[in-house]
Amino acid sequence: MLTVSNISCVRGHKPLFAPVSFSLQPGQVLHLEGDNGIGKTSLLRIICGLSHADGGEVLWNGSSLSKQHPEVVEAFRAALCYMGHHQSLKDELTAIENLLFDAQIAGRILSYDKAMDALQKMGLKNRAHLPLRVLSQGQKRRTALARLSLTDAKLWVLDEPFVALDTHSLNSLQVILANHVQQGGMLLYTSHQAVKLLKTNGHLVDIRSVQMVAA
Amino acid sequence: MMWQAYWAVVRRDVLLAWRRKSEGLSAVFFFVVVAALFPLGIGPELTVLRNIAPGVLWVGALLSSMLALQRLFEADFGDGTLEQMALSPIAMPLLVGAKMLAHWLVSGLPLVLLAPVLGLQFDLSGDALVTLTFALLLGTPILSLVGGVGAALTLGVRGGGVLLSLLVLPLFVPVLVFGAGAVEAQVSGLGVQAHLSILMAMLLPALFFGPLASAFALRIALE
Amino acid sequence: MNMFRASFWLHYAGPQAFYGLAGRVWPWCAALAAVLGVWGLWLGFMVAPADAQQGEGYRIIFVHVPASWMSMVIYMAMAFWSVLGLTFNTRLSGMMTRALAPTGAMFAFLSLWTGALWGKPMWGTWWVWDARLTSELILFFLYLGYIALTSAIDDQRRGDRAGALIAIVGAINVPIIYFSVKWWNTLHQGASVSLTKSPTMAQVMLWGMLLMAMCFWLYTIALVLYRVRTTILQRESHTAWVQAIVQEIA
Repeated sequence: MLTVSNISCVRGHKPLFAPVSFSLQPGQVLHLEGDNGIGKTSLLRIICGLSHADGGEVLWNGSSLSKQHPEVVEAFRAALCYMGHHQSLKDELTAIENLLFDAQIAGRILSYDKAMDALQKMGLKNRAHLPLRVLSQGQKRRTALARLSLTDAKLWVLDEPFVALDTHSLNSLQVILANHVQQGGMLLYTSHQAVKLLKTNGHLVDIRSVQMVAA
Repeated sequence: MMWQAYWAVVRRDVLLAWRRKSEGLSAVFFFVVVAALFPLGIGPELTVLRNIAPGVLWVGALLSSMLALQRLFEADFGDGTLEQMALSPIAMPLLVGAKMLAHWLVSGLPLVLLAPVLGLQFDLSGDALVTLTFALLLGTPILSLVGGVGAALTLGVRGGGVLLSLLVLPLFVPVLVFGAGAVEAQVSGLGVQAHLSILMAMLLPALFFGPLASAFALRIALE
Repeated sequence: MNMFRASFWLHYAGPQAFYGLAGRVWPWCAALAAVLGVWGLWLGFMVAPADAQQGEGYRIIFVHVPASWMSMVIYMAMAFWSVLGLTFNTRLSGMMTRALAPTGAMFAFLSLWTGALWGKPMWGTWWVWDARLTSELILFFLYLGYIALTSAIDDQRRGDRAGALIAIVGAINVPIIYFSVKWWNTLHQGASVSLTKSPTMAQVMLWGMLLMAMCFWLYTIALVLYRVRTTILQRESHTAWVQAIVQEIA
């Protein structure tokens, strides 16, 4: 369970946004909203532990992350999957290599077959052994989505995941997200687009919204 | 799990360097060119060249290492891979150490292998060449380990390359002194033990503290 | 307030309180520095006898040696504040370190320059690669590196933390560098003249150097405190207390 308590952030002498608080339980989805430039990306990075907060704290399963206790931080990172503005993919590596290395560096076990399977679901089976350099932008995005479908992290923090996706990929992503949530995962994301996640029983996943406002 | 991640990073970085051949080779070519420039600037007198050889070859190795250092974290910083490493449950210093090992294999080891060949151009004796190789073998990893801190601190900063040199060259001075000193001691018939032991004594703490300090610096850069 | 309580120190770790304290302290340091400086220079240039071997030229030692000392002391102070800053995350530490750097660099440069001025009449060269001068040169580069790095980083906090790390790394390396330069120097049996070696140092000479050292120290404290006050005003410009001060001046 993720708890964000009164997080505030100062950039260039001025606080960016009014203190933000919310909590996220397994199976819940939170949509972080706010105007451009309000600091949505900064907040997500603070939650992940990449940036520092100037006030408040982030708690994972009741333990504060700001105190930097190694076990707590390690457990948090093992449960976290963050996708920011960067693709985090290497152009000179093939799609399959990207997936395999990625998993190993994150300390996860991933078999070759499982990785190929994920690529196939993304329609990249024939491109799996080509360097990412020669793939189209859309195909690269789908490789990133394949990576997402393979992680067993409980908390997904996604910054603008729907940007520049074609319809097919958009649908695939929505399916991946819905599955994740249905299996008890947590999702925190920002997006300018409205998104619908469908459970397998046909009902919509309930998406809560948190509005960020200026300080 | 930890060591699997470690070797994954080493393999990935070496694979990437192999596929981007031009980058790794440019540092090596730089070393060769610098070593050739000195005789051109000073004159072909072998006695003079023999004298300056240890210093010239070491300075060449130093400058070449420094050029290569800029690339240590740059690409990963730019495409978001570094961020993912910072978020991995695997300790970041371990992953950074792996990057440094890969970096040394690609940029440092070639210098070690090439130096004896270049040393021949300076008419160094066989024993001196052996000492030179050994000293570089101990010294070049120190350059990758200590220089990594500078590379991490200057990520994305204006004037990166020159700033990196300014930060890192003073820290390289001890390696230069004892590394070149070892070869000179060999040439003048004095024992090389002391020099090589001191290099080893500098390498061991660097193996531990270099990745730690660099990981800390990388987190500062990622903020 | 009782000086032996942690609360005393924590209170002054805040920019506003420190601003007040620094404001009261620096004028006294400056005045005392001026007095000691005049006294020290008088001792050095007027009272101390001419050296048997080096004549009048040796008098530059009264500036050179204290300047070298200060360049070392200031770097250690920078490392101290850096450790404090990274451990306790205080804003003031970064400001103090940044304020110390230019003065430290100035003393290092002064030491090199006076070393050269001394060298010319003594050995006929403007520069000599002895262990101390060479180490001083490398220390000067370490200062320049810190200043360059902190100036190049736009984000203040990142600049403070990056600078703190390089200052600490530099400080750890200073003894290693000094040791290696000394080794290098004895190995090559270059100029083995020690710029501070004097078979007998007359009492008065020692006094002169000590007074100059204290003068430089107090000068540094005064200047750094003054500089930090300006930095505090700049960085805390969004707070009410700073805006009140600015309005008062306006």
